[in-house]
Amino acid sequence: MAAVRQSLWRLLSKPRCSSLPVNTVRCRSLASELKSSTNEGGASLRPEIGQADNLMAIGTRRIYSEEHDMFRQTARRFFQEEVLPNHSEWEKAGQVSKEIWERAGETGLLGVNTPEEFGGLGGDYLMTNILMEEQGYVNCSGPGFALHSDIVMPYITHYGTKEQIEKFIPRMVAGTCIGCIAMSEPGAGSDLQGIRTNAKKDGDDWILNGSKVFITNGFMSGVALVVAVTNMEAKSAAHGISLFLVEEGMPGFKKGRKLEKVGLKAQDTSELFFEDVRLPSSALLGEANKGFYYLMQELPQERLLIASMGQAACEWMFEETRNYVRERKAFGRTLAKLQTIQHKLAEMKTEICIGRAFMDQCLEIHNIKGLDSSSASMAKYWISDLQNKIATQCLQLHGGWGYMLEYPIARAFIDARVQPIYGGSNEIMKELIARPICADK
Amino acid sequence: MSGLRVLVGCKRVIDYAVKIRVKPDKTGVVTDGVKHSMNPFDEIAMEEAIRLKEKSIASEVIAVSCGPPQCQETLRTAMAMGADKAILVEVDPATYEKVQPLHVAKILAKIAQENKIDLVLLGKQAIDDDCNQTGQMTAALLDWPQATFASKIEKTDGELKVVKEIDGGLETVTVKLPAVATADLRLNEPRYATLPNIMKAKKKPMDKKKPGDYGVEIVPTHKVIKVEDPPTRQAGQKLETVDDLVHKLKDQGLIPS
Repeated sequence: MAAVRQSLWRLLSKPRCSSLPVNTVRCRSLASELKSSTNEGGASLRPEIGQADNLMAIGTRRIYSEEHDMFRQTARRFFQEEVLPNHSEWEKAGQVSKEIWERAGETGLLGVNTPEEFGGLGGDYLMTNILMEEQGYVNCSGPGFALHSDIVMPYITHYGTKEQIEKFIPRMVAGTCIGCIAMSEPGAGSDLQGIRTNAKKDGDDWILNGSKVFITNGFMSGVALVVAVTNMEAKSAAHGISLFLVEEGMPGFKKGRKLEKVGLKAQDTSELFFEDVRLPSSALLGEANKGFYYLMQELPQERLLIASMGQAACEWMFEETRNYVRERKAFGRTLAKLQTIQHKLAEMKTEICIGRAFMDQCLEIHNIKGLDSSSASMAKYWISDLQNKIATQCLQLHGGWGYMLEYPIARAFIDARVQPIYGGSNEIMKELIARPICADK
Repeated sequence: MSGLRVLVGCKRVIDYAVKIRVKPDKTGVVTDGVKHSMNPFDEIAMEEAIRLKEKSIASEVIAVSCGPPQCQETLRTAMAMGADKAILVEVDPATYEKVQPLHVAKILAKIAQENKIDLVLLGKQAIDDDCNQTGQMTAALLDWPQATFASKIEKTDGELKVVKEIDGGLETVTVKLPAVATADLRLNEPRYATLPNIMKAKKKPMDKKKPGDYGVEIVPTHKVIKVEDPPTRQAGQKLETVDDLVHKLKDQGLIPS
């Protein structure tokens, strides 16, 4: 809050200055919104990102409406005032604060797409997507809100019993219980069928054993959605997998260390260990041995949100770099005056706008009826690759300073690297895209 | 006495951080295709009204905006913040260029009377024209007491105790209700709309009126001759010594020689 108040105060107490530092924190300001043609009841002609002064401008993109803009203002303010100023500290700590989760809950930013009947906020998918974009627009990868709200919560609302929903969703919406999903293992990542973690029936209970790794939100999690083998004799591993809701504090459930990663420094990615964890039958999510089917249903959305975060990151990196080259001097003038720099910016803007067009197409479809798996994989693979390309080029345009972690572009660069890896590696994405292309009819 | 009925003015202005461009023909500034938002001081006034309602001091908060159809967005934002209903006094864009504080004050005064308003809460000024007139004029037209530049508002028995920001310090005044108050920057920190409130705002009522409905005709009382950019700052000079400076100032007649 303070930052915006101060900038507003500066503006109001001085003669209207025309030399605003063009800084991403104030990107809302740069928005040139071509909304003048909004007529009563008539459709407004919303510009696309390439037509606005800033790729992150509020009021752009045909897929959104005025209500979405209002919510975006709220989200933008939250990330700028509550997340951005604390992020460096969180990076040092290797995790965000518990308070930021609760603040997000109070502000109504968790479970946005979760139906009201289950205790969520009842917004459409585009509303929750706004949060991912706005998080990208402050270049802060620490809080795992999207995974919590848009990956873990849907499993519970789609497959959970009334009791499970009532037990977890309200606390997850409030931000007092953080969710994570435990799929990857030291020996099984993309190849889900190779997982070793297993649960054996003991009377009505299940006994869970195994370990998981690379678990986003793992260290701070209050509930872990654990993928485990429940039928060793199934004709294929896929037919013998189940999902369990394992709670913090259950005897035998231990969290390992927070993993030291190349990027995502403020994200508490960790290991999880299960040693004879006794789970009541009420911990089973959905039906036994249907886990693989549930995963297949939910994975497209996970891929879509990775793509969405990647696209937003591209837009942020572009604006950050544009600002930098307009300020930085070399050979007696700003970098932006050099044709080689101008052409690089032109290429990047073009590619980012193309990415946005496909991304928005996917979002629009997903918002109405759920996106097909192929399109989600295409978005994930292409945009996460684009993100890394843009990150490399933007860092390059920052020169030596770009290699310094004190410069935000360096953080964007290291954060980008995992995007083609997690959520199903891009190699797997190509497998999935190729399968129907080459299938015998 | 039941809760106060509060009327809050919500002007749609060019967003505070947009770089203002003067039209080539110097008749005004470019507004087409420019991001607009609620005047920040009006946002503060709205926040204060909602807080009064949350403290059960106010019973109803009505947002009003005079201007082109796009003001509906400003009013929706006001309702998403918590206003109960809204009145849009629609003025076509061509006429809107001629609207001056006195017109708005007349409209507000009439609305206040028609709606049995106890408190008119406005921003101290709008950040586009910086007039700082509407609140004062509204109070004069209604013959109500006014408390401008408020940085704190408290309700006592049938009165409001208002701390005002004045040159050199703070002034505390009490005003009898009904009254007009205008909000200064430090009165509060406005909230942003939460998703459920944004959704609810869609269903809240918005009355559409014309200035004529309040017996107001938009005839400007003064004429804008031209609008120009502020002059660009002239380059300065670096001087070696204080003596040089004194000499220069004397030469320019800026200090007595």
